[in-house]
Amino acid sequence: MQLSSFDFQHNHFQLFGLAQSYRIDIARLEQQYRALQAQVHPDKSAHLPDAEQRLAMQRATLVNEAYQTLRNPLQRARYLLSLHEVDIQEENNTVMPADFLMKQMEWREAAFEAQQAHDAAALDELEARALRETREFETRLAIEIDTEKNYAAAAELVRKLRFMEKLAEEIHAAYDAIDT
Amino acid sequence: MALLQISEPGLSTLPHQHRLAVGIDLGTTNSLVATVRNGISVVLNDENGRAMLPSVVRYLADGKVAVGEAAQAMQSEDAANTIVSVKRFMGRSLKDVGEISRLPYRFVDAAGMLQLRTVTGVKSPVEVSAEILKVLRSRAEAALGGELVGAVITVPAYFDDAQRQATKDAARLAGLNVLRLLNEPTAAAIAYGLDNAAEGVYAVYDLGGGTFDISILRLSRGVFEVLAANGDSALGGDDFDQRIHCWLLEKNHLSALSPQDTRLLLTHARAAKEQLTDHAETRITAVLSTGELIDNVLTQPEFQELSQNLIQRTLQLLRRALRDAKLNVADIKGVVMVGGATRMPQVQHAVGEFFGQTPLTNLDPDKVVALGAATQANLLAGNRSGDEWLLLDVIPLSLGIETMGGLAEKIVPRNSTIPTARAQEFTTFKDGQTAMSIHVVQGERELVSDCRSLAKFELRGIPSMVAGAARIRVTFQIDADGLLNVSAREMGSGIEAAITVKPSYGLSDAEITRMLHDSTQHAQDDMLARALREQQTEAEQLLEAVQHALEQDGDLLDQSVRSQIETKMNALRNTLQLTDHPAIKRAITALNDATVGFAQARMDKSVARALAGRNISDLEVES
Repeated sequence: MQLSSFDFQHNHFQLFGLAQSYRIDIARLEQQYRALQAQVHPDKSAHLPDAEQRLAMQRATLVNEAYQTLRNPLQRARYLLSLHEVDIQEENNTVMPADFLMKQMEWREAAFEAQQAHDAAALDELEARALRETREFETRLAIEIDTEKNYAAAAELVRKLRFMEKLAEEIHAAYDAIDT
Repeated sequence: MALLQISEPGLSTLPHQHRLAVGIDLGTTNSLVATVRNGISVVLNDENGRAMLPSVVRYLADGKVAVGEAAQAMQSEDAANTIVSVKRFMGRSLKDVGEISRLPYRFVDAAGMLQLRTVTGVKSPVEVSAEILKVLRSRAEAALGGELVGAVITVPAYFDDAQRQATKDAARLAGLNVLRLLNEPTAAAIAYGLDNAAEGVYAVYDLGGGTFDISILRLSRGVFEVLAANGDSALGGDDFDQRIHCWLLEKNHLSALSPQDTRLLLTHARAAKEQLTDHAETRITAVLSTGELIDNVLTQPEFQELSQNLIQRTLQLLRRALRDAKLNVADIKGVVMVGGATRMPQVQHAVGEFFGQTPLTNLDPDKVVALGAATQANLLAGNRSGDEWLLLDVIPLSLGIETMGGLAEKIVPRNSTIPTARAQEFTTFKDGQTAMSIHVVQGERELVSDCRSLAKFELRGIPSMVAGAARIRVTFQIDADGLLNVSAREMGSGIEAAITVKPSYGLSDAEITRMLHDSTQHAQDDMLARALREQQTEAEQLLEAVQHALEQDGDLLDQSVRSQIETKMNALRNTLQLTDHPAIKRAITALNDATVGFAQARMDKSVARALAGRNISDLEVES
């Protein structure tokens, strides 16, 4: 990849030379990220004038942001849907299937109980189950976005994944609480 | 940026000329300087062949300053004027530093950062650190035979913004051009990784004199990628000394000691700790100023017992770092030990047991950080070293702002790769609100009061609007040093007001000016230039905002009030021609004062407008 081809107008997929889809080759993304940072990172221009350094910082910042976005499955979905101009309504659409909400509540209670009981093994088990569920949502997301192009269904999956992300954070916090 | 320009003659020289750059490990206990010579990183010794400079500074009555061994020799005798472990005070307030009563200093509480009263006056930790850096700088210039292009200064990965800023200020005060602030465990990883052509995921366990860091890195084909960092910037070898010190007090039924005796026992405690590295037991004997004799034997198992909690705390942070990196112990290929405190057998044992493997100690844990920093300095100075490598580091703590109810809203999560930028939009809370207060915080806790306050600033000149109509985008930019810049901008109206945050804990311009007066003229010019530029920017923003307001709502004003405002505006414009920044500041205040009534009138008008918007015909149109 040549630095001269660096374009601030490119979207994140174009930046890394990847096809615009939910399913991506993570290994290739990582490889491209490193190749790009090897050129634009501020360390490479620390001996150059201020203007060059500022430009390097802006480029490296963009590369980091693009990489973080694409590497994270939830953020990648959000980003893709935004490219398709889909409103995910994460803040204002709180209508969720009752069984989904029930399960969420059960999981949160389980995390809380494991924390109270200082039961790391129970947290491990819960974390593994939550991760399996998350992967399942992501598989369906790939189908809805890449194959079916059903963006409304994809938006709902994104809203569900947001719950899963919050749950993962709570499990994380429970581990920390047990530790202290 | 005058300083940067001063150091840039490197640019005009021949491209192949070697630029002199050093790496400095500014440690709690000892400091070192290293450079790359003939492609190899080497530590530079003093004229007596010693690599380590004790991080001890003594202020003498005649105004002289002693640094290193000479100062260390007097630490018990002249405890109050001999500053040991100053790194623990960098960017810290009195409130932050516990155990003040056990320290032999005369502290002065100052906004943001504490200060120390010495025989030659009140000194800030930044000034004390600068004395250490000055010695290392002259050591390097003498050894390399020329002026330095710049230096990489290492900081604990878990240093927050305040501590990083303070370190950078200290370097500036010592006349050093800072090429980069580099995290200590990362520096160690560079030294280790390049030395051993390591590949895979490594943990760096860095227990220094006053700080603990744990970093998890992935090394792959010349790329050092930090996956997670955690730590405690107030946990280190000193705490092990403190445990022995407390044990001595308890054994001998002692309570309040004089500063001299406190320092005396701490010195003995440190010696005992070092003895226990390769001895099963050690005898501590000392005579206090009261004539009382201390004579105790401390065994390795006893010491292990005393320090167990400290080691457990490091393992706890280790587990957290692994979870953040989404990795297990089994994923870790090697554990690099850094810092003199990792020589303690109980530390080695606990870390080995945790990872199920013997930690790597083939590089001198005292020197590895400086060696890595030198390698990075060489690269940043633009000296091609042959082997190309890249460092991708992270911020250790989340950054956010205060929202309603004293809650911290995270904008940049911890372990984000730097440089990075994140933006979030906020809106006004009241009708006609023309200013917004933005409080920047750092830390993982939910409540602002539990996080570290970094800066508070106001975005002024928001055009008067109905509550919720303004769109204020707050942008956080973190540079490659891990330092933060925050700007806020009102998006909807097209009016821009960007503000660079000056940390509230940092040094005031007055303080800096005073310090710089004591040191170099160049640096003083730089500071004054910065202060001037800041005032000019603020003045321009204010003038623009007032001008805009006059155009929009000038009809709200009497001719007399209006001409008064215009007089103040002209006065401010006139000061902009000069280089007198206090004068600009006074003119800004004067204009601000003159426009108070006008701002009130505009707010009233806006409220009236908002209410007028809710008349019946509007409601009918909406329905």
